[in-house]
Amino acid sequence: MYIIVSSVILIAIAAGLLRAFRGPTLYDRVLAVNMVGTLTVLIVAVIGFMTERPEFLDIALVYVLISFVSTIAVLRVYTYRNTEAAGNTTGSGDE
Amino acid sequence: MEEHLINNVLLGLLMMTGFAIVRMKSLLAVTMLTSIYSLLSASLFVVLDAVDVALTEAAIGAGISTILLLATVARTTDEEKAPRHKPLLPLFVVVATGAALIYGTLDMPNYGDPMAPIHLHVAPTYLHVTPEEIGVPNVVTSVLASFRGYDTLGEVTVIFTAGAGVLALLGYRTRRRNSQDPEIRKMVVLRVITKLFFPLILLFALYVQFHGDYGPGGGFQAGVIFATGFILYALAYGLGNVQRIIPYRTLRIMMVAGVLIYIGVGIESMLLGGKFLEYRILADDPVTGQHLGIMLIELGVGITVAAVILIIYYGFVSRRH
Amino acid sequence: MGTVVHILSWICLTGGACFVLVGAIGVLRLPDFYTRLHAVSVSDTMGAGLVLAGLMLQGGLSMVTVKLVLIFYFMIFTGPTATHALAEAALQAKLKPVVDDREP
Repeated sequence: MYIIVSSVILIAIAAGLLRAFRGPTLYDRVLAVNMVGTLTVLIVAVIGFMTERPEFLDIALVYVLISFVSTIAVLRVYTYRNTEAAGNTTGSGDE
Repeated sequence: MEEHLINNVLLGLLMMTGFAIVRMKSLLAVTMLTSIYSLLSASLFVVLDAVDVALTEAAIGAGISTILLLATVARTTDEEKAPRHKPLLPLFVVVATGAALIYGTLDMPNYGDPMAPIHLHVAPTYLHVTPEEIGVPNVVTSVLASFRGYDTLGEVTVIFTAGAGVLALLGYRTRRRNSQDPEIRKMVVLRVITKLFFPLILLFALYVQFHGDYGPGGGFQAGVIFATGFILYALAYGLGNVQRIIPYRTLRIMMVAGVLIYIGVGIESMLLGGKFLEYRILADDPVTGQHLGIMLIELGVGITVAAVILIIYYGFVSRRH
Repeated sequence: MGTVVHILSWICLTGGACFVLVGAIGVLRLPDFYTRLHAVSVSDTMGAGLVLAGLMLQGGLSMVTVKLVLIFYFMIFTGPTATHALAEAALQAKLKPVVDDREP
């Protein structure tokens, strides 16, 4: 039933978490956040169907928009980076 | 049941994320992990059936909170300072307090027990009175806006004070509009998608604001989503262009107007012969009066929250090194 | 709700779950940032699309399906844009992809 789909999505969220913890560069971590955001939208929709409460879809809608803005924000804050170590964190951010 | 499994897995992931946040030294990575933490918390709230809280956590935690943390880390250093001594005494204090708290919870009723005292005090009254006197399906909104209206007035004033505090501490600087900046002209994809999504986000904010009576939503969430739309525009087109649309003057007026609308509803009900914030008096029919009162104060809350978040964003971002 | 629709929605949901799993394995095992970016986009489009399609079939013709269509519409616009912005930012930071330089 729905439990299979939610279990798979939870495993994928754990994988994203591991990548966020391990990922050597900043961009790996932003990637992981983006992926966990999309998977959260899916799991909220599936849980909404599982518990027969369709109001949850409003939450999923908000999440799609907000996680998009968050990803763009990270990238725009760190537009200028060091060349040698893109995982290095001392960049002069602009906006 | 199945929900317990999802519950436990989410809690386990939360614990691992918390542990990772504590152990990592790079503050940028910690910011990303904090964003994932708030995503997991929102899923947990959804499983626990707390829909309004999940909506607020979704709107604030993954969006504005991460953006402000990033702006701070970008302005200051990124490496956490190494601790200078071993934290043995704090560890002992934490373990002792935790043990005392756990011992205290052994006597409490089971989680979700309907016979627990907290569920028998005022909750049944609210649940029974709401359909007759207020007529709003979402009991959370009726409790927030009508039964506990003073409390919400205090919250709006706190948000207003936070905005005023940030204005006093960080000041502001208006940038010239820079639509000819070559950096911005290069990001064609982002600009087109922003133009497509910016009105949709604002429309969705209005939907959340006025649909708060019937589903999850309300003033706080709507204000945050509204501000996030403008932040998206600022990210794609530059701060100067956004400050052309909403300058500081407008934001200051908005910030004050929201609180004044809230207080105005209270004073209006006093002028009509009732007590402060008694919505029944506002119209001929008590139920219509309640609807009118709730709509007006949620509007005030939404306006203030949106203005304060934009002021904080401007304050953080408009500073040069 | 007919049995055919029910079975069809279950096929969609299971297919979506498979694609999500593929994306998750890819994010963990692939060697380089750009390849991992590609793996995430698999679960973003096919995974999310099939799961949402399965839920739409379960919902029938109602407001719920309209909201699911909206979610899908937002996802197919914001997903590729975020991927593009990520790749462009990484390229600007001169993050080099892993290139296979061995002799054939």
